[in-house]
Amino acid sequence: MVTLIQSQTQDYPTAADEATVDLADSPVRNLNQALHGAAHGQFWTVENPGGKHNLAVGIDAEVSVTINGHAGYYAAGMHQKGEVTIYGNAGVGLAENIMSGKVHVKGDASQSAAATGHGGLVVIDGNAGARCGISMKGVDIVVGGNIGHMSAFMAQAGRLVVCGDAGDALGDSIYEARIYVKGTVASLGADCIEKPMSIEHLDELAELLAAAGRTDNPADFKRYGSARNLYHFSVHNSTSY
Amino acid sequence: MTITSLGAPSTLPARQVEELGLRESATFDRATIADIQRAAATGVYDIRGWGAKRKVPHFDDLLFLGASMSRYPLEGYREKCDTDVVLGDRYASRPLHLQTPVTIAGMSFGALSANAKEALGRGASEVGTSTTTGDGGMTPEERGQSKHLVYQYLPSRYGMNPDDLRKADAIEVVLGQGAKPGGGGMLLGQKITERVARMRTLPVGIDQRSASRHPDWTGPDDLEIKIGELREITDWKTPIYVKIGASRPYYDTALAVKAGADVVVVDGMQGGTAATQQVFIENVGIPTLAAIPQAVQALQELGLHRKVQLIVSGGIRTGADVAKAMALGADAVAIGTAALIALGDNDPRYAAEYAAMGSAAGFYDDFQDGRDPAGITTQDPELSSRLDPIAGGRRLANYLRVLTMEAQTIARACGKSHLRNLEPEDLVALTIEASAMARVPLAGTSWIPGAKQ
Repeated sequence: MVTLIQSQTQDYPTAADEATVDLADSPVRNLNQALHGAAHGQFWTVENPGGKHNLAVGIDAEVSVTINGHAGYYAAGMHQKGEVTIYGNAGVGLAENIMSGKVHVKGDASQSAAATGHGGLVVIDGNAGARCGISMKGVDIVVGGNIGHMSAFMAQAGRLVVCGDAGDALGDSIYEARIYVKGTVASLGADCIEKPMSIEHLDELAELLAAAGRTDNPADFKRYGSARNLYHFSVHNSTSY
Repeated sequence: MTITSLGAPSTLPARQVEELGLRESATFDRATIADIQRAAATGVYDIRGWGAKRKVPHFDDLLFLGASMSRYPLEGYREKCDTDVVLGDRYASRPLHLQTPVTIAGMSFGALSANAKEALGRGASEVGTSTTTGDGGMTPEERGQSKHLVYQYLPSRYGMNPDDLRKADAIEVVLGQGAKPGGGGMLLGQKITERVARMRTLPVGIDQRSASRHPDWTGPDDLEIKIGELREITDWKTPIYVKIGASRPYYDTALAVKAGADVVVVDGMQGGTAATQQVFIENVGIPTLAAIPQAVQALQELGLHRKVQLIVSGGIRTGADVAKAMALGADAVAIGTAALIALGDNDPRYAAEYAAMGSAAGFYDDFQDGRDPAGITTQDPELSSRLDPIAGGRRLANYLRVLTMEAQTIARACGKSHLRNLEPEDLVALTIEASAMARVPLAGTSWIPGAKQ
């Protein structure tokens, strides 16, 4: 059931436009189709998400969506422009392939959060599971807690900020993405090394933390990135994998 | 593989070899010897393009039983034999309606030049069929020139974005390809130009080795949710294919159907690649001929044959191959290597340049090197300018028409008014192996090895 509190028009709406979707008696398909037709500036609230998959996927407008509860797989998948906030936990592939805009999870996120994201900001206040930021291509990710193993695997571009600890094989086969970790790193993956923090890095980290609404001190973090030793295939690296 | 080393006998005329009583080893033949010498000299395995070159049971081992007394044929030039096919009408509200069942397989911009991609789009569009992107995203050239464009969804997600997803006429979730089931893509540094690097968000000139597993799903239960996501993003309009490299096509087809695919694409081991380890190409996967009956069986057991369409690729060269694949139960086929040959790949006019690279027209498979004299598998501006996309598109359209007309010729001879009406009963096998794999009787017998009585 989609309840529009004010009329939903295709014209430029007032910012006061609000809509509530109750997933207890409306299918996910209706929610997504309605969001694909949503106009810039609208506020949407999703009640009773019940861990359903594919919530608020393919948004392509400056809308603000609040999900009151847990979301399943691929919440806010392929997100563009708008902002999605989940007051709960998120399943596998949160904001996968995000292009722009912001996705904020107040709880924890499962595996492959922000996988292959090309842009935008993903904030996870709690912990993230394995493969957080896998194959990331420009997205910024800020995790308040810990992240699981194989995070930032083959990470190509973007920044991953971890305010807790990182699991095994962090940044395995990483390309040009930057990783900042405040806590401990269980182990680094192939071709990932610790790198010095310069003013430039402290500045960008401060910006990312501020964007995520966090008060951590950038000076407490260490930076990790690619040693760039495996960029070219060579027989001499055959034991590195 | 280039012919890196030719032993003395190869430089001798065949007759002289015979007169001298020289005997070549079947186990250590000249190509094998050259492989060992190359490995010893370089310390790296051979990476090359093209598909499996070894001889495997294939469509050549099947024959059609033309109509005679018990069945009557259609007039070859007069009676209608339709060729159109609808792909993706299981769930998608906008299925593809193609005029010929011969489609163009996925090949990336990066592996191929922009001109080659444009030529493929032009040729396919001229005859009303589809073309497919590859591991590197969608270029404006191919979108612009392709009436029906299938957008591949690959583990690397290079160049994947929702804008292009919504522009696609179909989405192909790629689990594998026939040349390397279980392997990821590869594009060596010499082909990672600035444009290719930008599209893939990679540093210029690095050796790109793509992931072989998708980053955000594992197994059929996850795939079902993933397909659901793609459908939600495209509002259930766009057909979703699942492409598998042929290894266990019976189970993979059944699981793809369970996961919600509209179309299943099965690529046999003869299917090509732009760059893969030779050991992988030649030793992993099963022949196209063996894969089709398994995929068809899975669809039939689920009651979904013809409802979930089957596209078969890997070694399709002639209209006879098209007809045989369809008689075994495919709804359509895809061509890759043959389409490149139609554009000008391995043309003898470049004999001198192939020779300079240690290869020859008819043998050239070093697509990974990016030095293709035909301007197809290269990113070099001078080389790629040799391929005129308009002329190349016209050659491909000609070839696609020939394939379609050849298939119609056979279908009419078998009394069929539509290519899809071809059936296994129209076929016999020439060899026991082909009979067992294709599940049609050995010619002149009613025997199908392995068939349950």
